[in-house]
Amino acid sequence: MALLSFERRYRVRGGTLIGGDLFDFWVGPFYVGFFGVTTIFFSILGTALILWGAAMGPTFNPWTINIQPPPLEYGLKFAPLREGGIWQLVTICAIGAFTSWAARQAEISRKLGMGYHIPIAYSVAIFAYVTLVVVRPILMGAWGHGFPYGIFSHLDWVSNTGYQYLHFHYNPAHMIAVTFFFTTTLALSMHGSLILSAVNPQKGEPVKSAEHEDGFFRDHIGYSIGALGIHRLGLFLALSAGIWSAICIIISGPFWTKGWPEWWNVWLSLPIWN
Amino acid sequence: MTFTIKLTGVIVTVLLVMGTVLAFKKTSAYQHGYPGTAMDLVQSDAELAEKLKANTVPAALPQVPAGGPLSVDTYQNVQVLGHLSVAEFGRTMAAMTTWVSPQQGCAYCHNVANMASDEVYAKVVARRMLQMTMHINQDWQQHVKGTGVTCYTCHRGNPVPAYVWFNGPSEDPTARPMMQGKAYQNGAAQDVGLASLPSNVFETFLAGNASIRVQGNAPLPSETNNRHSIKQTEWTYGLMMHMSNSLGVNCTYCHNTRSMGEWETSPPQRTTAWYGIRMVRDLNNQYLTPLTDVFPAYRKGPHGDAPKLNCATCHNNAYKPLLGVSMLKDYTVLAEAKPQPAKTPVEPPPAEGAAPTEGAAPTPAPDAPAPAPAQ
Ligand code: HEC
Ligand code: HEC
Ligand code: HEC
Ligand code: HEC
Repeated sequence: MALLSFERRYRVRGGTLIGGDLFDFWVGPFYVGFFGVTTIFFSILGTALILWGAAMGPTFNPWTINIQPPPLEYGLKFAPLREGGIWQLVTICAIGAFTSWAARQAEISRKLGMGYHIPIAYSVAIFAYVTLVVVRPILMGAWGHGFPYGIFSHLDWVSNTGYQYLHFHYNPAHMIAVTFFFTTTLALSMHGSLILSAVNPQKGEPVKSAEHEDGFFRDHIGYSIGALGIHRLGLFLALSAGIWSAICIIISGPFWTKGWPEWWNVWLSLPIWN
Repeated sequence: MTFTIKLTGVIVTVLLVMGTVLAFKKTSAYQHGYPGTAMDLVQSDAELAEKLKANTVPAALPQVPAGGPLSVDTYQNVQVLGHLSVAEFGRTMAAMTTWVSPQQGCAYCHNVANMASDEVYAKVVARRMLQMTMHINQDWQQHVKGTGVTCYTCHRGNPVPAYVWFNGPSEDPTARPMMQGKAYQNGAAQDVGLASLPSNVFETFLAGNASIRVQGNAPLPSETNNRHSIKQTEWTYGLMMHMSNSLGVNCTYCHNTRSMGEWETSPPQRTTAWYGIRMVRDLNNQYLTPLTDVFPAYRKGPHGDAPKLNCATCHNNAYKPLLGVSMLKDYTVLAEAKPQPAKTPVEPPPAEGAAPTEGAAPTPAPDAPAPAPAQ
């Protein structure tokens, strides 16, 4: 019942970010909106460009298709299509599609009168991507520092970029990011199992309540973060993982050019033990 | 309360922004792989300028006219440079002095009252160094190419080059009965770029000839293919850290790191480096270690071994020593060892005929009478 009244209100036109009621309609269950159209435009164009690049390259094997960024010598200029120009256009399309998607999330949130947590969370992923292919290349003076678009080729890029700093595990921000990634999965799995253990009981058993959930963790570790708190914590952990990933790559190059193990010299030469 | 929180927020933000701006390094990059492989050398411009300054080559001494008497005839105790004219010999001594002992002068190697004497150990070492330099330039062109080396490549105006190494303890010093030691690891050693990797890589790989290859060519280890342990792999990595830091480069200078062992995807520099490893072993074992008894105790390591060289001794953190500038072309004397002529007899030759024997006639022993004929 509640769902139905809710749906009626949701499917009210207006409240868009830009464009008034242009494209302000639904197709089946999906809200379209101005940003839905731009999302589709950018993703189709970007995918077509990748296919075109693949057609000019040696293979259509999905694993090894490679859209390379321009050679470093082009600096921050536009490169010819065959020499990284396609990569530049695909990058524009990708950023266009990702930000449109975030804006569409914002419009839907607005129509529903919700907070903007979802578009903000999704924007952190966009931020990490833009850091890799726009901010860092600009700080280092060449688009060629972006990563190539290809399944295998981007992995080679990651490996080589890591080894440019001899031992990337010594990158302090990488350490923090990895810790957040693992902690996110730990928190998610504990939260998932806690909810299932309470609300998905054996046949014949009653569904348990939030009291049980809190009770478990209070008995177990003396503290329960609570129903709201666990979601705040989850969001914090997950977004921190993305943010620290972006930090760990942005400092590699523009702020530190040597091997990462050497960075810890700061620590080793602290006056306490020196 | 909220004001304090806001103020703290503003201060922290301002500090962060200032810190970021101050920490920013303008960089230059050199791409040596296919675009998008990230096989690049990224260096900060400030460090690059320092490197350029540290690797400036001193002006060459003026050339001397050819001809004139041979030093073998003029001097009493020359065993390596006897084929040079006296003028060229003098130029070489002067150059060696500026390269090795500019502060101390000729007296660093000579008893200036008797230049022919070999009593100063540095002179005996220097003679062997002359031979070593010629050997490098003549027999290790797969590594040093036409660029070659001179004494300056390693010494840079110091009697002891900036980078030399000594043996560490042969037994793991941290091992205790019934206990595993640190196996030379986790010491944040400079030699392995301050990583946790085992630090005794020089004895193992640059004097010893332990195998560097660890990568398997089958997915799983078996009795027949790859039996290398993680420890061995970390050893290899330790050496690689030294090689990278010595050249001021990163792993991608010699590897496409998707597969470290594969030669087809490795840049050609890796082949040069392969010869370099063999060259360093040869120099340490044929030249430095045999000088152990010549070096005074204060020059030897804690375990009584001679000082030895590694990649950094020549490279001094540059991808090519002196950034590829050849000093050898101004000192071709050092390019190859020449057979030593016998002394030209001053008196009319005795009846037996003391005509100079062809090839390398042994030169007189230091304390032999001056006009000793060729035996
Ligand atoms: C780095 C060590 C070193 C320095 C510094 C050095 N020499 Fe020598 N000098 C040698 C060596 C080694 C020989 C022997 C060369 C040979 O065996 O062919 C030698 C031989 C000589 C001889 C021949 C002596 C003889 O009668 O046998 C003279 C003369 C000489 N040096 C002059 C000088 C002068 C002058 C200077 C300073 C400008 C100088 N040397 C600086 C290492 C040095
Ligand atoms: C490949 C590098 C290299 C080259 C080239 C080289 N040396 Fe050396 N030299 C060394 C090393 C390593 C030592 C040992 C350092 C020590 O004595 O502690 C050394 C030691 C010496 C010493 C003894 C210094 C001392 O006080 O113990 C002299 C003298 C010397 N070299 C002269 C020369 C001369 C002259 C040349 C050029 C003909 C030359 N070297 C070329 C690496 C080199
Ligand atoms: C100056 C060139 C150079 C640099 C820089 C370099 N390597 Fe190497 N690497 C070599 C050479 C040459 C070999 C092969 C040695 C041999 O076969 O004797 C090798 C071998 C290896 C191997 C063993 C491959 C096998 O066949 O099992 C590994 C692993 C390796 N390197 C990792 C690294 C790492 C990690 C770095 C960066 C820290 C690095 N290398 C930097 C030249 C280099
Ligand atoms: C005797 C001095 C000397 C030593 C020791 C030495 N090198 Fe070199 N190396 C040179 C010279 C000189 C060149 C320049 C050759 C040229 O001009 O191409 C060079 C060039 C190289 C290059 C090619 C760089 C390029 O961009 O083409 C590599 C890689 C290299 N060395 C690695 C090593 C490694 C690794 C070691 C230690 C195992 C080492 N070298 C030890 C003298 C030395």
